[in-house]
Amino acid sequence: MAINYGSKRLVVGAHYGFRDWLSQRATAVVMVLFTLALLLQVIFGGPLGYDSWSGIFAQQWMKVLTFVVIVALAYHAWVGMRDVWMDYIKPVGLRLVAQVATIAWLVGCAGWAVQVLWRL
Amino acid sequence: MAEISKPRSKARPGANMRLVDALQYRLPVAALVSILHRVSGMLMFFLLPFIVWMFDKSVTSEISYDTFASAFTAGIGFVPGFLVKLVVLALIWAYLHHATAGVRHLWMDATHSVSKQQGHSSAVATFAISIVLTLALGAKLFGLF
Repeated sequence: MAINYGSKRLVVGAHYGFRDWLSQRATAVVMVLFTLALLLQVIFGGPLGYDSWSGIFAQQWMKVLTFVVIVALAYHAWVGMRDVWMDYIKPVGLRLVAQVATIAWLVGCAGWAVQVLWRL
Repeated sequence: MAEISKPRSKARPGANMRLVDALQYRLPVAALVSILHRVSGMLMFFLLPFIVWMFDKSVTSEISYDTFASAFTAGIGFVPGFLVKLVVLALIWAYLHHATAGVRHLWMDATHSVSKQQGHSSAVATFAISIVLTLALGAKLFGLF
């Protein structure tokens, strides 16, 4: 039987903890790239005002990138906050409430942000 | 520490440490970066609606942009402008610390540099970068330059 644990563990498998570790880093890299893209446009986009600021997000490629970042941020914050609840909240019922509230909070904020982005 | 050698609560052996006990430990710099990574992440999580509100107001229309801009000077609702600035400054710090500490993680993952000395020096570098940038942006925010 093939070895599928230790350094040979199956990347697509569940319950190794590896998926969360990797997704936390992948989503972080997306957010850092977004930050740099936004920063460069703010710095080299001339005087900052409503037109130049909203114009940044009105570009189609920036909308796509911002949308990806909103989803990445929500997933990143979910993994992080779930770890926090798992560390500090021991009663299962209370932890479930915190986790469900976290999902509602993140989905709500993400939906609002997407709505703002879409009507530009 | 003397407390550690004492037997734990007889009523609940292996009980979780209380926060007041945990706060007795003096943290090395790397541990301080670590716990503040968590604190800054939680801060941004709880202030997420405020962040989306700022995004909403700043891009939706020229009128909403003015509302956004005046929140920092005249305030918004019952919240005075300086408090808005303080919260935004906290968010700036949280973002900078979280991002810098996160890049430190990526760097450690990529280079496998997990020695005690490198952990210490990269933690000091993390604080240097995040605090200097926070001070610079904070000075700009409060109109010092």
